[in-house]
Amino acid sequence: MTTLPTPTTPPTPPTPSLRKPRGTWTPAQIALTLVAAALSLVWLAPLAWALSTSLKTPTESVTSPHWIPQNFTGESWKAVIEAGNIPNWFVNSVVVSVCVTFIVLAVASLAGYGFARTEFRGKSALMALTMAGLMFSPAILGVPLFTTVQSLGMVDTYWGMILPQCAPAAMVYILYKFFQSLPKELEEAAFIDGAGRWRIFFTIVLPLSKPSLSAVGIFTFIASWNNFMWPYMVTNNPDLMTMPNGIATVQNAFGIVWPQLMAGGLLAGLPLILVFVFFQSQIVRGVAHTGLAGQ
Amino acid sequence: MSTLAHAGTLPPRTAVAADSARARWGRRFQHGGWFVAPFFVLYGLFVVLPVVRGLYLSFTDANISGDHTGFVGLDNYREALKDDLVWDSLWHSVQFTLYVVPVIVVAALLMALIAHHTVHFKWLWRLCFFAPFLLPSAVIGNLWWWLFQPTNGMVNHVLGLDTPWLTQKSTAMLAVVVATLWWTVGFSFLLYLAALQNIPHHLYEAAELDGANAFQRMLHITVPNLRNITGLVFALQILASLQVFDQAVVMYQFTPGPEESTRTFVQYTLEQGFTSYRVGYASAISFILFIIVAAVALGRMWLLRNREEVATR
Repeated sequence: MTTLPTPTTPPTPPTPSLRKPRGTWTPAQIALTLVAAALSLVWLAPLAWALSTSLKTPTESVTSPHWIPQNFTGESWKAVIEAGNIPNWFVNSVVVSVCVTFIVLAVASLAGYGFARTEFRGKSALMALTMAGLMFSPAILGVPLFTTVQSLGMVDTYWGMILPQCAPAAMVYILYKFFQSLPKELEEAAFIDGAGRWRIFFTIVLPLSKPSLSAVGIFTFIASWNNFMWPYMVTNNPDLMTMPNGIATVQNAFGIVWPQLMAGGLLAGLPLILVFVFFQSQIVRGVAHTGLAGQ
Repeated sequence: MSTLAHAGTLPPRTAVAADSARARWGRRFQHGGWFVAPFFVLYGLFVVLPVVRGLYLSFTDANISGDHTGFVGLDNYREALKDDLVWDSLWHSVQFTLYVVPVIVVAALLMALIAHHTVHFKWLWRLCFFAPFLLPSAVIGNLWWWLFQPTNGMVNHVLGLDTPWLTQKSTAMLAVVVATLWWTVGFSFLLYLAALQNIPHHLYEAAELDGANAFQRMLHITVPNLRNITGLVFALQILASLQVFDQAVVMYQFTPGPEESTRTFVQYTLEQGFTSYRVGYASAISFILFIIVAAVALGRMWLLRNREEVATR
C-alpha cells in the first residue's frame, strides 16, 4: 500500500464519521435519499393508517377505505382514556417496566463485574450455568415457571410480574464482555491509592460504562414494556394487567370498535417511541459499544 | 470478610508498597461472590428452579394445581411423538422461521446500508425503520388484523385486491410473516447499523487511495467486516422465530387460525398447560422445543469454533 509520506505533520484527529461533508447533494446521494424516503413512507404507512382510523368515527372506519378522515374526531381517544381500564393498565406497565429495568441494571452490572474482574470459588461453574440460561427463554419455561411462581404465592401480584423478568443471562453476558474490555490499569491505580473493590466499582467502573448501561437499560425497558406472554399468564385480575395485555383483550370488550382499538394501540406504543426519539443516539452508540454488534 | 478489615489502612505510595499492593490485587478480589449473589438469587428462583421442576414434571401426569403428580416415566414424551398436533404446530413454527429469517436478514442489511450511506436525515431513517419494534406485540397483532381486513383494510386498499388474508389457510401464515417482518426488522437493522459504524474508516480511505471504486470497497471491505454480525443476526432470528407466539395469537384472537394453520409450537404448549391443564405433558413438549433450540444454539457455537480454528491455523 502506498501511503502518503507525511512524517512531519501531526496525525489529524480521527473524526471522519462526524464530519459534515460539504457539497453532498451528488446524484448518487439524491438517489439514495429518495430510496430511503420511499422505504420510510412504506414503513410508516401502517402507523399512519392506524392514526387515521383512530380519528374517524366508528361508522366511517368500516365504510370504503380512505386515508383522510372526513370529519376528524378525537372521540375514540377520549373514550379510550376515560373509559375502561386503560389508564390503570398504563400505570401498571410503568410500575412493572421501571422496576424491572432498575433491578436488572443493578443485578446484571454487579454480576457482570463479578465475573469479569473478581475471583471466587465456583466462578466457572456459575458462569457456565449463566451461559446455559441463554438457551432457556420464557417461551420454553412458561408452564414450569408459572407453577413455580404459583407455589411462591405470587400469582396475581406485582412481584409475580416483575421478579421473573429480572434474571436475564443475556444482559449479564453483555456487561461481562464490556467490563472485560475496560483497561485493568485504571482499577489497579485506584486500588493502590487505597480504594476498595466496591468503591472502584461505583466510582470508576460504573461511570465508564454509561453507554453500555443505557443500552442494556433501554432494551430491558422495551422488552419489559412489550412483554406480552408473561403478564398474560400470571395475571387474571384485570386491575393488574399491563398495557399490551389489556390491549389484547380489549378487542372483545369494545365489540371491535376499530377507532378505539387503534387509539388504544397507539397509546400503548407512544411512550417507547418517545423514549427512542430522545435516546436515539445513546441506543445506537450503546449497541456499538457493548460489542453486541462487534463480534 | 477478613480482607475488608484492612480497607482503612492506606498503603504508603512507595514503589515497594505499590508492588505488594498489586500482588494483593488478586487476593483481595477473592470474595467477589457477593457481586454475583443478587443475580443468582433471582436466577436460581426463576430460571434454574423452573427448569429442574419442568424436567421433573415432564415425567409426571401433573395438572395445573400440582395434584396427580404420579410418575409416568417417558409416557409424555412417547405420547408427544405420536401427537399429530405436536408435529403440526412444530411445522408451523419451522415454516414461519423459514419464511421470516432470510427476508429479515436481507432487508435489515439493505436498510442499514441505505441509512448508513445517506448523508442527510440519518436520524429520520433510523426512527422510521426502528419505530415498529417499539410497539408491543399485542398492538402489532391488533394493528395487522385491522390492516388485513378484506373489505376495509389498508393492504387490500393499497394493492387493489380483495383477498381474505386472515380467513384462508393459504395466506394466514403469510399475514403473520408480513406483520413480523415489519415489526422486528428494526432490531437487526440497528445491529447492522452499529456494525457498519464500527468498520474503521481508514480502511475505506486506504482503499480509495489505492483506486478502489465504490463497488470494490463494498465487496472487499464492507462485506467481510459484516460476516460475524450476519452470523449473529441469523442465529438470533432463528432462535426467536422458532419460539413465535404473541403476534400470531393476537392476530387470530387466541384461536389456532383458519383450519388450525397458525397454531405455533409455543401456543400448543400453553394450550396443553393452561387450557387442558396437563402441566406434565406441557412440560414434556416444552423440553422438546428446548432440545431443538439448544441444538441450533450449540450448532452455531460449533460452527464459530471451527471457523476460528481455521482462521488461526
